[in-house]
Amino acid sequence: MRFLDEFRNPGLARKLAAHIREKSTRPVRFMEFCGSHTHAIFKNGIRQLLPPTVELLSGPGCPVCVTSNADLDRAIALAQVPGVVLATFGDMLKVPGSHSSLQEAKARGADVRVVYSATDALELARASPQRSVIFLGVGFETTAPTVAASVLQASEEGLHNYYVFSMHKLTPPVMAALLRSGETRLDGVIAPGHVSAIVGWRAWEFLPREFNMPCVVAGFEPLDILLCIDRLVKQVEAGEASAESVYTRGVRPEGNQEALRLMYRVFEPAPATWRGIGTVPESGLHLKRAYQRFDAEATFRVPVPDARENPACICGEVLRGVKTPLECSLFGRACTPDRPAGPCMVSTEGSCAAYYLYRGADARESAPGPW
Amino acid sequence: MQERVLLAHGSGGKLSHDLVERLLVPIFNNPLLEKLDDSASFPASGRLAFTTDSYIVTPIFFPGGDIGRLAVCGTVNDLSMVGARPLYLSVSLIVEEGLPIAELERVARSMQEAAEEAGVTVITGDTKVVNHGSADRLFVNTAGIGKVPEGVDISGSNARPGDAVIVSGPLGDHGIAVMSQREGLSFAAGVESDVAPLNHLVQAMLRASGRIHALRDPTRGGLASTLNEIARQSQVGIRIDEELVPVRDAVRAACEMLGLDPLYVANEGKLVAMLPEEDAEPVVRAMRKERHGSAAAIIGRVCAEEPGRVVMRTRLGTSRIVDMLTGEPLPRIC
Repeated sequence: MRFLDEFRNPGLARKLAAHIREKSTRPVRFMEFCGSHTHAIFKNGIRQLLPPTVELLSGPGCPVCVTSNADLDRAIALAQVPGVVLATFGDMLKVPGSHSSLQEAKARGADVRVVYSATDALELARASPQRSVIFLGVGFETTAPTVAASVLQASEEGLHNYYVFSMHKLTPPVMAALLRSGETRLDGVIAPGHVSAIVGWRAWEFLPREFNMPCVVAGFEPLDILLCIDRLVKQVEAGEASAESVYTRGVRPEGNQEALRLMYRVFEPAPATWRGIGTVPESGLHLKRAYQRFDAEATFRVPVPDARENPACICGEVLRGVKTPLECSLFGRACTPDRPAGPCMVSTEGSCAAYYLYRGADARESAPGPW
Repeated sequence: MQERVLLAHGSGGKLSHDLVERLLVPIFNNPLLEKLDDSASFPASGRLAFTTDSYIVTPIFFPGGDIGRLAVCGTVNDLSMVGARPLYLSVSLIVEEGLPIAELERVARSMQEAAEEAGVTVITGDTKVVNHGSADRLFVNTAGIGKVPEGVDISGSNARPGDAVIVSGPLGDHGIAVMSQREGLSFAAGVESDVAPLNHLVQAMLRASGRIHALRDPTRGGLASTLNEIARQSQVGIRIDEELVPVRDAVRAACEMLGLDPLYVANEGKLVAMLPEEDAEPVVRAMRKERHGSAAAIIGRVCAEEPGRVVMRTRLGTSRIVDMLTGEPLPRIC
């Protein structure tokens, strides 16, 4: 397959890995911000190719995982409003909120539909004019512009039964918040590829500037990730810190200006609450006043019980890069992808799910035997 | 006859009789069914295999097949996976009122076509009609009886260290074909379901080797889940090589777009076999001569280490665990 096989070339991967092993002398901790990177790293066994000096940490880059229980509880409450159709990405269904999940609400009779995009939700609204269709806006800068486009489309069509519950989040502000807390000790950041395709790799220049933190944007194939780690090692060994991109086929310095314009036409930055991290100013997106009639939160006033967290679940610490899933007492026992206790075990981008799915190979002390 | 199925078609009255006698019986056309007794009876001897499965698929017509072909092939294949020669099937239809009769006829004809391909006969059946909304267009249940040849002992618990792991062809076609039709995914255009009866393929394999230990068709949950089942049942480890696992480019591309792993995508016309390494080459040669085994390949081996676990060597030469499917495969968000 063109544009993929080139970036999976085993010979080149071995050469790159050898280069990293040769150059790396100082022990370093790099955070892959993005959950898709975590999965790609496990799926390809990248950790097995790295020298013991290079440690990889998962970050908060999983939109489902960082959704707070309070927001989840509100989504579940919205689903139970008579006449409402709740349209959501499939990943959200199984995430346990304080008392229940969307899946359980659905089983009790709430009309919850899995969609693949906001456009599908818009189609639902057109098809059932007597129902109110609420789309759960979960995602980063990659998803938000598409949701903005759906709102503009609904506005243009004069659609009066389409709403968005915006839980969108912005990634550079939360990365800054993590580093500012001082709790997460890092030597470099593997910056997200898809997000950077929208925000541009320049959006990460604050990392070297304000935190003296090396940062390299990577794609999701084995060679992308190895090349990124190679550059990070090079920066660290040279005592330098700069922002760069090795995902040149996907990311422009300034990103996708068209998508950003669309996003900021409909949404404006607002404080957002991240699971495990807390409220971070300017890290969320709310609908602008002009589009408030599409705002599900403002339109449907639902009582939401106080949020509760499972005290044993360490998703928050995992998302901050403070602990690994293996340090959780629930992992693999009281928490599995089929019966998740926390969101990081649910989402296809969650770290706990990655550790569980590919456990053994890299995640646990017992590596698999010879092939 | 009415254009659409009405509740009255399932009431046992005149319309029911019309539906059965004028539409369904002539399609399945055989003396055992035509007697229309409460049970079909037939002589039997030796070891028999008996299985049943219910089929629910949206949409009921998809590229490469439909719910009828699926229901016949699924049961034929379940019988084949213990080495049995399928003989007779039952067909139960649960129809949502309002289904166009032409569609019911199309499904029934497709069932008969698949049955003829497999060499089995539909000898008994039932039709029920439920209120609009109580079923999704059409549900089908089939049960089947087959004869297990003398000396054949095939089971998911019989895989042994030293066995080769063989698949009969490229993986993931059915799941991607259905998903592409359901979601209108243009990038998966041209992918057709592999739904097919595998009994002739299995008989050809049995002729090539008398030592087939395990057979299974990797339907829902895909190859990954099937290998895990066998590893657990047989208490053996399984090692496969990513490079050797056949997947069509179009299916790989669709999986990349959706964030799915072809190892977990459903198949309806493929099988996995475990048999002694010495017999692997002749069996693969015999499979490749068959229509539904033309791309058969050895993809790995069974070992004694790490019983219950499936490990794959990746293209990079690293290794990773391949676990059971958990939950539904869902496309990623970002």
